[in-house]
Amino acid sequence: MTESTEKMTGARALIECLYREGVDTIFGYPGGVLLPIYDELYDANIRHILVRHEQAAAHGAEGYARATGKTGVCLATSGPGATNLVTGIANAYMDSIPMVVFTGQVPSNLLGNDAFQEANITGITMPITKHNYLVQDANDLPRIIKEAFHIASTGRQGPVLIDLPKDITLQEIEFYYPDKVDLRGYKPTYQGNLQQIKKAASEIEISKCPVIYAGGGIISSDASKELLEFAEKIKAPVTTTLTGMGGFPAENPLFLGMPGMHGTKYANYAIQESDLLIAVGVRFDDRVTGKLKAFAANAKIIHIDIDPAEISKNIKVDIPIVGDAKWILQKLLKYASPSQSEAWIKRIDHWKKDNPLYYVEPATGDGIKPQYIVEQICEACKDAIIVTEVGQHQMWAAQYFKFSKPRTFITSGGLGTMGYGFPASIGAKVGRPDKVVFDIAGDGSFQMNSQELATAVQENVPVIVAIFNNGYLGMVRQWQELFHNKRYSSTCIQNSVDFVKLAEAYGALGLRATKREEVRPAIEQAIASGRPTVIDFIIECEENVSPMVPAGAAINEILDLERKE
Amino acid sequence: MRHTLAVLVENKYGVLSRVAGMFSRRGYNIDSLTVGVTDDPTISRMTIVVRGDDEVLEQVTKQLNKLIDVIRVTDLKSEDSVERELALIKVNSDVSNRSEIMQIADIFRARIIDVASKSMVIEVTGDESKIAAIEQLLRPFGIKEMVRTGKVALRRGQKSS
Repeated sequence: MTESTEKMTGARALIECLYREGVDTIFGYPGGVLLPIYDELYDANIRHILVRHEQAAAHGAEGYARATGKTGVCLATSGPGATNLVTGIANAYMDSIPMVVFTGQVPSNLLGNDAFQEANITGITMPITKHNYLVQDANDLPRIIKEAFHIASTGRQGPVLIDLPKDITLQEIEFYYPDKVDLRGYKPTYQGNLQQIKKAASEIEISKCPVIYAGGGIISSDASKELLEFAEKIKAPVTTTLTGMGGFPAENPLFLGMPGMHGTKYANYAIQESDLLIAVGVRFDDRVTGKLKAFAANAKIIHIDIDPAEISKNIKVDIPIVGDAKWILQKLLKYASPSQSEAWIKRIDHWKKDNPLYYVEPATGDGIKPQYIVEQICEACKDAIIVTEVGQHQMWAAQYFKFSKPRTFITSGGLGTMGYGFPASIGAKVGRPDKVVFDIAGDGSFQMNSQELATAVQENVPVIVAIFNNGYLGMVRQWQELFHNKRYSSTCIQNSVDFVKLAEAYGALGLRATKREEVRPAIEQAIASGRPTVIDFIIECEENVSPMVPAGAAINEILDLERKE
Repeated sequence: MRHTLAVLVENKYGVLSRVAGMFSRRGYNIDSLTVGVTDDPTISRMTIVVRGDDEVLEQVTKQLNKLIDVIRVTDLKSEDSVERELALIKVNSDVSNRSEIMQIADIFRARIIDVASKSMVIEVTGDESKIAAIEQLLRPFGIKEMVRTGKVALRRGQKSS
């Protein structure tokens, strides 16, 4: 026996388990069936962030997980509390972020009776969790929690939900925390097949036009150092996906920026012309590949991923290597020789010179271009953690911020959740109080969870929300402009909110910038204030994200949308 | 192309809906599915007949393996496995044709398990084509009701648990 047993309630046991998993923070909202748990939390040595809507608890836990690399934890009551978490759980599932989600449930004897605040949350979340549990006996609770943290944080990471009927939290048990997990149906592969790795190495050696296409897997396996060494050793350019940003230093000459729909032209050209595509921790998402048949059509494809189900899911792979990106890149570093890419690198440098990301300053002179704000935030605070909502501002952030370190860009990639950024930024700041944290937001997205200003103020979490206010649901407006003859159906939200007054109403600092020269001072003032701050940047209202590959087109069919008037 | 998968799963609540949900969510078609407990009471065995080409089969297998409660997935090729299905067929019959129906049942080594004045229930076991054949021969008498179990299968020669 490693531990003596002790009698306690399920609720107390939950807290003891969280201590043993090293949980210092949870994001939650109380409710009827959670009373026994909240009573224990009252004097527990765990910081509880009280959100104003359960969706923010899930996003907050995810932001915390992404910023720290630890498993995020959130808690909500039965019924509506649990269903309000659903978007956040789906978001974490799509982006493979480790989270353990606790939900209260009606007492076991009422289950299935359509009781007050009952929802079948394990049924609802089955397709959006890595695994979930309905606890039927409090004696199982410690084992289940141990398993949940193990499943969430290993293999391809993801959210795990534990549903806790109220009687379970009151049941007395002999507490014993297992020190090992043994799941016969779950044995993730970490070490890649050496034969396959050697095969990949020999392809690299003869490649003339290699490209490394790296994604969120680099961040979750903590492999950015290995990626840099590998790219420099084999002399291959690197493009990182939206969720892979920060996995490779933007200032490195081998960096190509982001691929795909709003990627750089040179990243897309490089993929299309490559003879060897080395995909690491990516899933060939449609926003990256465009028309699948035309994607990297002349390239052999090496795919390194921890999830075997991603291999050849969207695109046929020539050399699959299943395992942990860090482990496999270390081995590749050992076996691979430099590729024959001298001429290729020169060609890419030409593409870079001829097709840079660019924007034109507005004719009037003092209007604010959104790209300029991103550059100014980057200049003012290069080490900041940048969190975003979803839409145009998200793409500008990915294009124009020079990320140099992993876990500094936190964004909703797969699910594309508007309203994600602000609560996620609160989670990130709680996890990394030493960092300046920006939520780059749109005026549409921010309004989906603006009530969390109350959380930021009450919990004293000084995040800075930079609203790129163009009075439109900008990304949809852009598509309407391009594909629906500028019929701006339900996308105009002009003059609906005074964001400065809104911030002030919550006790936060509200700032506004309407001219170019006001941008930098507003950023500096927000950073210096040390308070939760909203900056309302009034930007050019019909600015488009450029370049753009229309949905379904090949990624070298690129539109240049920057207005040159 | 049809494939028979033997899927060993944890014998826990919710496991059937996890498996079925994965199929419907990803748009794979199940032709038949049978579940029962194995010699180990903590493990159930599902036999799933799924339609699709080799790529679909590969994805189905991988997605099944991703479920925490799935312990092992085996593709049972018909040439090296034995497959059986059981059907109960209630057919119209009276004194005039009873012996004729009994003869048909006999040929198929089926059994009569219930006889009433206007019907009989026949139990038949075999592969799919055998059950289709007896069904065809019984149809002229009028099939009142029929139930099939779906396929179960085991690998030949070795215990493939």
